[in-house]
Amino acid sequence: MKSIKLEINGVQHEVEVAPWRTLLEVIREELQMTGTKEGCGLGECGACSVLMDGKTVNSCLVLAAEANGKRITTIEGLAQAERLHPIQQSFIDNGGFQCGFCTPGMIMSTKVMLDDNPNPTDDEIKKGISGNLCRCTGYAKIFDSIRAAKVAMAASSDGRGGA
Amino acid sequence: MGQYSIVGQRLPRTDGLAKVTGQGMYAGDFTMPGMLRGKILRSPLPHARILRVDTSRAERLPGVKAVITGRDTLGVKFGAPRFGPKHMDEHALAMDRVRYIGDEVAAVAAIDEDVAEEALRLIDVEYEELPAVFSPDEALLPGAPQIHAHAPGNISRRIVFDLGDVEKGFADSYHIREDRFSTHGQAHAPMEPHACLAHFDASGKLTIWTSTQVPYYVKNDLALTLGMPATAVRVILPLIGGGFGGKADGMYALEFCAALLSKKTGRPVQIVYSREEVFVATRRRHPITIQLKTGVSKDGAILARQAKCVLDGGAYNGLGVVTVVLCGYLLNLPYRLGSFKYEGLRVYTNNPISAAMRGHGAPQVHFASEMQMDRLAEDLGMDPLEIRIKNGLRTGDVTLNGFHINSGSLEECIRAVAEKSGWQEKRGKLPPNRGIGIGCSGFYSGASYRLRPDLPVYSAAIVKLNEDGSVQLLSGATDSGQGCDTLLMQIVAEEIGLSFADVRLTRADTDITPVDLGNFSSRETMYAGNATRSAAADLKQKLLVELSNLLEANADDIEIREGKVFVKGSADRTKPFRDLAHAIYLRRLGKPLVGEGTYDPPDKINYPAYGFGAHVTEVEVDPESGEVTLLDVVSTHDCGRAINPLAVEGQLEGSVHMALGWTLMEDVTLEEGRVMNPSFLDYKIPTALEMPPVTIAHVETDDPEGPFGAKEVGEGALCPIAPSVASAVGNAIGKKIDCLPLTGAQITRK
Ligand code: FES
Ligand code: FES
Repeated sequence: MKSIKLEINGVQHEVEVAPWRTLLEVIREELQMTGTKEGCGLGECGACSVLMDGKTVNSCLVLAAEANGKRITTIEGLAQAERLHPIQQSFIDNGGFQCGFCTPGMIMSTKVMLDDNPNPTDDEIKKGISGNLCRCTGYAKIFDSIRAAKVAMAASSDGRGGA
Repeated sequence: MGQYSIVGQRLPRTDGLAKVTGQGMYAGDFTMPGMLRGKILRSPLPHARILRVDTSRAERLPGVKAVITGRDTLGVKFGAPRFGPKHMDEHALAMDRVRYIGDEVAAVAAIDEDVAEEALRLIDVEYEELPAVFSPDEALLPGAPQIHAHAPGNISRRIVFDLGDVEKGFADSYHIREDRFSTHGQAHAPMEPHACLAHFDASGKLTIWTSTQVPYYVKNDLALTLGMPATAVRVILPLIGGGFGGKADGMYALEFCAALLSKKTGRPVQIVYSREEVFVATRRRHPITIQLKTGVSKDGAILARQAKCVLDGGAYNGLGVVTVVLCGYLLNLPYRLGSFKYEGLRVYTNNPISAAMRGHGAPQVHFASEMQMDRLAEDLGMDPLEIRIKNGLRTGDVTLNGFHINSGSLEECIRAVAEKSGWQEKRGKLPPNRGIGIGCSGFYSGASYRLRPDLPVYSAAIVKLNEDGSVQLLSGATDSGQGCDTLLMQIVAEEIGLSFADVRLTRADTDITPVDLGNFSSRETMYAGNATRSAAADLKQKLLVELSNLLEANADDIEIREGKVFVKGSADRTKPFRDLAHAIYLRRLGKPLVGEGTYDPPDKINYPAYGFGAHVTEVEVDPESGEVTLLDVVSTHDCGRAINPLAVEGQLEGSVHMALGWTLMEDVTLEEGRVMNPSFLDYKIPTALEMPPVTIAHVETDDPEGPFGAKEVGEGALCPIAPSVASAVGNAIGKKIDCLPLTGAQITRK
């Protein structure tokens, strides 16, 4: 067992983990934050995407020990108080999900994409989420959601949209 | 069409907040104090006798709380109950025989997944391997190994229909064609792997949260196999991460094992399938070969059609016993047939189990039928659209097997996609290696067939008044992602005259919500929609009586509209519904004010409604590699009246995704019964990069039976896509396409 420190959504956690535990397992099981999903456990679907020091990672592929000292953002950390992040609002308004199982990962990948490039082209949007599989939507409404989120975020000074 | 205020609106989903914040709970997200993790040991052999199972070493492993095998069960078989006990051929845990790689042999419950995993390795099973068969051809040979004692010749089910005089039809035909087509398996691949959490409490009550499309079936299957009264089982529907038919058979081994392990240990047990288990040990679309013979008159009218479908059923039946019937039913759509003869043969093999998947037989048979329509047109020198329009069913038609077409027409759909795609300007005029093709289909909304009078095809609903003046819908309908929750709430709001925000929903919980068979056969909009509407209408009548007492006005003079109550002739008395409803609640001292509804379709044998779809695809094919680029995809599906266009579009776009995957890249590859690609790395589904833009040509009709005129869209929309792509590819490279998937190798083969 090894003791590691994680900053998740701005909160410090210290957990004892076995060396083979993944970041996904620690988030979901140790810390009971189940917003991040497991679709494959093998790095092939993107359902488990979280932000680690500002980059998207498949948390099922990251050993918890490798995340020691890192800053993690999960889907639970996106909304501020009662206020949804514009990406979240945009997914709701534009029908960017059906079953919703890919959605946390999809939204986290979108967040990194728009943080890095506030004005992606349609091709860049496709590339940006090409590691996130969705079986329900055919991606069309996800593209719509991302395009609308981009506009909403650009319209606001803090890059978060809204007032 | 009537004018509605809530029906027809692009309302966002009611589960939106839960899903975008990560707060929504799927079966694998639940935990309970003392919860154990379960794992299932599966057969590594395609066909074997189990001589001995020794679980003693596993039981001694610290952290293991229970190990079960077939010996710990009642040995009761289960399967789709509606089609009779003889089709119920599956044990949740093998008794003495395994029939495919993945068949369930034992299960353990342990303090965590690692220990459970380790325990599986310590279970010692001695098998005597038996000869196996891996295709219907092999399975049907005389002397082939027999997979089930009850099914001589490995026939899982044989169905024959003979409608009209086919001999005469062929004799009268000006031209006859006979072709053979083959289609392949597809994995449902919902993003959420199957998962459940079962808890047996001290009183003997079983509560289970499970990832299913059919909670009421799960309840009955668990009661049957565990030997319990059905009311001692409570199934609660969590959020479902997609199903597409892959969670629709009823109970699967995971629910049974979790329940029995919980019973043994007295602790809650959760089982979550790995992605590999989902690929190997759940279900898939049937691979089907279709021998199709069609006779036409000189001007292209179909006078006779004869079809033989052979389905690779895999090791067990599940809903596959329905698929073999549906292939024949669905060949009655979307064209008028002069006569029709069908033989369907579902064959047991030692392959993974085939069962229901979105479209349920239609994608396969419509692929065959459409590819042949192209050839018939070519043989007769007709335009491919013309022959389809000529034969296409329309409102007022009754098919040979008794489908009453009460709304829509194929012609309307064809004209819509032809216009949007620029068919006339393109067909035959495209540069080399470019092609355009069409596919058509017809599909039903909601199964009616009352095969057993003791098992009605239920959807019932309750709508009741809440203390704050909102109304609560209690529905057993199962939203596995497709969106019926939102639709049903829209129906309540529309029927009573409320705003959408005045409606609440209690999702399926078999202890609380009235019965609903679930999400299959495109039935929730039709069945649950109508049941919900009738419950809402019932509540409205009761509300009007209460309002008339409260307002001292004649009930006939009271109108509820857009969340307000109006009294005829006195505009000053207009009040928010919620305030008055709250007052009614108080006056009644909380005595429940409840509307009740169910749905009983007029046609007890067939379906309440039928819809049509058409699809045009334009492609470019690289003649060297065979790579297909989709240039333009135009889709239409007559869904009756769209209750929520946002949801309808989502179904169309999702159908395009799933159908393109099936047509071009997805294939459950088997070698001697082993799935060779049980991961998303090897089994590729389209990513965002592969999805072409989809243009939707809207066709709306008003179905007399559908709630507010609505029909299905989730399944029918998928069916015309494969043939339209195959037709376009054939058009591009001047080749006849007979089989799917359309891999580069097939396209470049000389
Ligand atoms: S669960 Fe991590 S990529 Fe699929
Ligand atoms: S919404 Fe179901 S997988 Fe994307």
